[in-house]
Amino acid sequence: MNVKKQFEEGLLTKNPVLVQLLGMCSVLAITTSLFNGLGMGISVTIILICSNVLISALRKVIPSQIRIASYIVIIAGFVTIVDLLLQAFLPDLAESLGVFIPLIVVNCIILGRAEAFASKNGVIASALDGLFQGIGYTVALVAMCVIRELLGSGTFGGGLLNGGEGIRIIPEGYPAMQMIMPVGGFLTLGFVVAGFQYYMRRRQSKKKEGVK
Amino acid sequence: MELDVQALLGILLSAVLTENFILVKFYGICPFMGVSKKIDTALGMGMAVTFVMALASAACFAVNELLLIPMELEYMQTIAFILVIASLVQVVEMFLKKFVPALYKALGVYLPLITTNCAVLGVVLVNVQKGYGFLASVVNGACGGLGFTLAIVLFASIRERVDKTDCPEAFKGFPITLISAGLLALAFMGFSGLKIF
Repeated sequence: MNVKKQFEEGLLTKNPVLVQLLGMCSVLAITTSLFNGLGMGISVTIILICSNVLISALRKVIPSQIRIASYIVIIAGFVTIVDLLLQAFLPDLAESLGVFIPLIVVNCIILGRAEAFASKNGVIASALDGLFQGIGYTVALVAMCVIRELLGSGTFGGGLLNGGEGIRIIPEGYPAMQMIMPVGGFLTLGFVVAGFQYYMRRRQSKKKEGVK
Repeated sequence: MELDVQALLGILLSAVLTENFILVKFYGICPFMGVSKKIDTALGMGMAVTFVMALASAACFAVNELLLIPMELEYMQTIAFILVIASLVQVVEMFLKKFVPALYKALGVYLPLITTNCAVLGVVLVNVQKGYGFLASVVNGACGGLGFTLAIVLFASIRERVDKTDCPEAFKGFPITLISAGLLALAFMGFSGLKIF
C-alpha cells in the first residue's frame, strides 16, 4: 500500500465529504462553530481508526453473512466509549454536539470504510486509511465551520479562542443568522462542493497538459 | 409526560413541520439525497421509514424501560438500540415478504437500507432524552416519519425539474441539489414559531 497515495485519496480524490458525499447529517448539523467542527472531526477520526484496526484484525474471523451486523456492533462500542469520555472530560462539547455523537454509529463514512477498505486490507494500512479519511473529514468540517461561523455569527474560532466567544470580525447586528441555521448548512455545503469540483477539474486538466 | 391530546398534537405538529427531521434537524440526509431522484421511489422510502420509525420507537421504549433501566445499563443504549433497529428491519422485511408481498416489492431495496438511516436511531435517542412515554414515543416516531416523507417527496419533485436545467459546470450534480435543498429548508423556516397552544 502506498502511503502517499492513501493520503491523497483521503484528503482530495476520495475525500469522504466532498467527493464520496458520506456522513452528510453531521456535516450539515454541527458545523456552526470551530470548536464543534474540530471536536466532531477528531472524535470521528479516532473512532474510524479504532474500528478500522479492529475490523481489519478480525476480517478473517467474521463470517461474511453477518459482517455488517458485526461491524455495526464494533462501531457502536467505540462510539459509546468516545461518548462517555466526552461527557466526562469535555461536557461543553458533548452538550453542543448532543445526539450527533451517538449518531456517529450510523455515519456512513465509518461503515463505508469498514466495508470498502478494512475488510480487505491489513491492520497498518487500515489504520492509515482511517487516519487519512478522518483528516479529510475534519478538514471539510473545519472549512464549513469557518465559513458558516463567519457569515452567521461574524466570529472566528467560537468555543475555542477569546474565552469561548471567538474573535469578532463582523460587528454584531450585521451577520446573516440564516447561515448558522439549517438553510446555511445546505447552501454552504453546496458552494464548498462546487468550489471543490471546480478545483479538481482544473487540477486534472493541468495534469493532462503536463503529460502532453 | 402526560398523555393528553394537546401534548400529542403538539408533538405531531412539531415533528412534521417545525422540527422537520430532514430540513430542520438534519437526520437522514443520506437517503434524502440518495433516494430523491424520482417521486415514486421517494414515496416508497418515506413510507418504509415511517413504518420502521414508529415500530422502532415502540420496541426501543420497551427495551429501555424493561431491560436497560432495571439492569442499570443505560450507557449501553446506543449499542442496544442499533441492534434492536437492525433486527427490527430484518423482521419487518421477512414479515412483509411473507404476508404483504405487494408492499415488499414496492419498498424493494430501501428496506434494508433503513438500518443505517440516522433518522431512525435519532428519533429513538430523542425519545429517551426527552423522557417521552410509550404513546408519545410512538407518535413522535410516526410523525417524524411523516415529516421525512413530506420533505423527501417535495424535494424529489423539485429535483426532477432541477436535473433538467442548465447550470454552471462546477455546480452540476450534487452542489445544485444541495442548494435546492437549502431553499426548501428556507421555506420550512417559515413554520418555526408555529404553535397550536
